[in-house]
Amino acid sequence: MSTTRDDATHEPAHPTWPQYRWVALWLVVLTVLEVWAYYMPAFVASRAFLPSLLAMMAAKFSIVVAFYMHLKYDHRLFRKLFLGPLVIAGVTMVAFLLLLKARA
Amino acid sequence: MTSVAGAHVAPPLAHHTTTGLDHRKIAVWAFIGSECMLFGSLISTYLIYKGRSVVGPFPHAAWTSPAGQVFKPILNIPVTSVSTFVLLMSSLFMVLALAAVENKGARGNEGVLGSSKVWLLATALAGMTFLGFQAYEFTTFVHEGLTIRTNLFGTTFFTLTGFHGAHVAVGVLWLLSLLVIDLKRGLGPRDAIIVDIAALYWHFVDVVWILIFTLVYLIR
Repeated sequence: MSTTRDDATHEPAHPTWPQYRWVALWLVVLTVLEVWAYYMPAFVASRAFLPSLLAMMAAKFSIVVAFYMHLKYDHRLFRKLFLGPLVIAGVTMVAFLLLLKARA
Repeated sequence: MTSVAGAHVAPPLAHHTTTGLDHRKIAVWAFIGSECMLFGSLISTYLIYKGRSVVGPFPHAAWTSPAGQVFKPILNIPVTSVSTFVLLMSSLFMVLALAAVENKGARGNEGVLGSSKVWLLATALAGMTFLGFQAYEFTTFVHEGLTIRTNLFGTTFFTLTGFHGAHVAVGVLWLLSLLVIDLKRGLGPRDAIIVDIAALYWHFVDVVWILIFTLVYLIR
């Protein structure tokens, strides 16, 4: 994989076709694992169910953003433009959940 | 198909800013940032009202109405899993479309698998298939007694997934527009940026669905 940056255009190299294929495979595997977990009553009842589903969701999210959206390879300004609002949205979400779920 | 990397020749019509970056790409990332907050608020609303519906149908549990009518859990996980798979594959098709445009004319990029038209069409078709699944799901829910006014689950579910579906529909129109341009005059390396920003939007729609699928469909 090449991660060099063309200084004239600030355009970085993108992943290669085999990497895209691996990314697609990982996304499918993680989705299958998520659905499998949903249909395992013992696992659903366990304390590991929620954290493991959230971890798999976060992994899929990160993989798509890093490789398909090229954020891993692109200019850091794009990273800031995306991660800044994402963090604000995440913190607001958690704050609202803690505030409003606690009242329920 | 050859390597996807490379072929980053500066497009003659590039709109660079003082940062040295194309302003259209900066704009689309800023837009995606704002969309994070939009979907963040919609997902928060869904999660806050989760489990607070007074009457059914419920997403993961059966419900018997006061009149004695029995409603089974409304979510159809197998169907939604298939539509999720289709949307994930559409993201793969999209990166292959972008790679085909960037490498157009390059050695080893000939043939059907190096054709941007094929991959753009495949992505649009996958998007339309996803929308078809969503239309089927919405119709089934209404027939089974769940509308946007039935309960808090119906209100937040239809609002969240409806907004996402609208974004997919816009993405499909965008992809079809690119396909028409490709058919009329052909898309080459100098057009890579316009395919790139469409791809960023499409992948964002995909990552939002990754969140919705887990938070709405799988977590009980």
